[in-house]
Amino acid sequence: MTTPRKPQAPLPVLLPFEIRRTRYAPGPAGTGPRRPRLLLAAAAGGALLAAGAAWAQAGGGKLPPLEVVLKWSPLLLKGFVFNVLISLIAMLLGTAAGLGLGLGLLSRNRGLHRLAWVLTQFFRNAPWLVLLFFIMFLVPYQVMILGVTVPLPDWAKATVGFALPVMANVAEIVRGAVLSVPVTQWEAAESLAFTPRQTLWRIILPQCVKRMTPPWMNLYALVTMATVQASIVGVSEMLTLTGEVHSAEGSRPELFAPLYGFALLCFFLYCYPIDRFTARLERRFQLH
Amino acid sequence: MNVIAGWFQHLYDTTGLNFTVFYDSYDWNRYLGGLQTTVLLCIVTILLSLVIGAVGALLQGAPSRLARNAVHVFVVAFRNTPPLVQMFFFYFGIGAILPASQGADGMRQPLLDSVQWAIVSLSLFAGAFNVEIFRSGIEAVPRTTVEAAEALGYTRLKAYVYVILPLALRVCLPALNNNLVNLIKTTTLAYAIAAPETLYAVKQIWGESQNVLEMMLVLFATYAVLVGILVWIMHCWERALRIPGYGQ
Repeated sequence: MTTPRKPQAPLPVLLPFEIRRTRYAPGPAGTGPRRPRLLLAAAAGGALLAAGAAWAQAGGGKLPPLEVVLKWSPLLLKGFVFNVLISLIAMLLGTAAGLGLGLGLLSRNRGLHRLAWVLTQFFRNAPWLVLLFFIMFLVPYQVMILGVTVPLPDWAKATVGFALPVMANVAEIVRGAVLSVPVTQWEAAESLAFTPRQTLWRIILPQCVKRMTPPWMNLYALVTMATVQASIVGVSEMLTLTGEVHSAEGSRPELFAPLYGFALLCFFLYCYPIDRFTARLERRFQLH
Repeated sequence: MNVIAGWFQHLYDTTGLNFTVFYDSYDWNRYLGGLQTTVLLCIVTILLSLVIGAVGALLQGAPSRLARNAVHVFVVAFRNTPPLVQMFFFYFGIGAILPASQGADGMRQPLLDSVQWAIVSLSLFAGAFNVEIFRSGIEAVPRTTVEAAEALGYTRLKAYVYVILPLALRVCLPALNNNLVNLIKTTTLAYAIAAPETLYAVKQIWGESQNVLEMMLVLFATYAVLVGILVWIMHCWERALRIPGYGQ
């Protein structure tokens, strides 16, 4: 399918503007390696290297920092899996709600459109941490449904707290994608006697999936990185566990760098492949 | 001022909505202090991150392979790790390694306090994104324009400052706008290292006055206003930079 591309450069003296993410820039002469993988790996471990510097000051008789990290890594990794779980559930909830909100943004019904717009702007522009506090403090710790008391654990509330900004961002992604489908598609569907609803679900949205995938994955990486904020409101995920491990090892100040470095490394190893994959998808979809 | 205070006092008496910040001068001063720190954080980190972005984008096109690799690693590392963990790593990890002096009371006096560490880590975080945005803008400048500047005898740095960056800035302003709005929202993370910014102050207030909902509304309004001001400034800047006769 070919789409008429809008001229993207606002000034005739410039080429089209597009953000190509984290691509290794070739030098002015176009020399140099395509991607310095080795160097990257070195930098990823750079956080752990700082541990070495800290170790130089530590006294004997105690475990060296790297061994402490190794000893506690099963627990910390379990915490990390919990982070990933929160991010996956938040993404699932947020996407489902965001799809509805995005369609509300496109609605011809003025009232519905207004409401969807206000909700989107509110949840998009409020800081994630403030939204998290909002949910944690103002949602009760248990609810009564049909006479049954359902407890709401902290992590479930935090997940909802992350799902709200996801919802607003997904709504914007859906709106942008639907609007980017050429109007002729709607007209063609109409001439084939599709109802508006059928047109949307069977013709427009399937075309949108491709456009929505890269920004959606980008959003997922952001959510994953935001889940550590749950530690601020007392959910025992990786960052909380890291703090507890630090106390368990006697709160030695030189342990901070390796422990937090380990957390950085875990998130990097999880998010970097997603980032690369997103960039590759973006490049591939640009050709059409 | 008295009218406002009186009205909010009246609101509390009649509806139970307790906006203490607007009639209790103690809470008001606390809120104002937090707001000051937030504004300071925002302004300093925005300016620093812009500088980091511009310098990083320049270095990314440098002839030196080491400089290019270093910038690439910096961008990739800061983009793909959580800003909160970065902040903890800097504040606790690096802060513990750096030399510290002793205060008058014999307590350990770190080299940088929490606000300063927040500025460092937030600037680096947003700067990594800005490098990418500026680079994309620079790539939108046609090769021929750069060659024309070279033909006129501009050095690499001068061509960058006088020709490439001004043109690049015009195309990347919308993307930059997005990133800076995000930066303002990210400043709330400084709460986690006990920098006395708005969220921190407001949490103290609702801890004492038991008015979580009301303070939450104040908090949302505060950030909406801050973001609004930034967007307005960026739009003014965009208008000021417009080349007459070109563009939309």
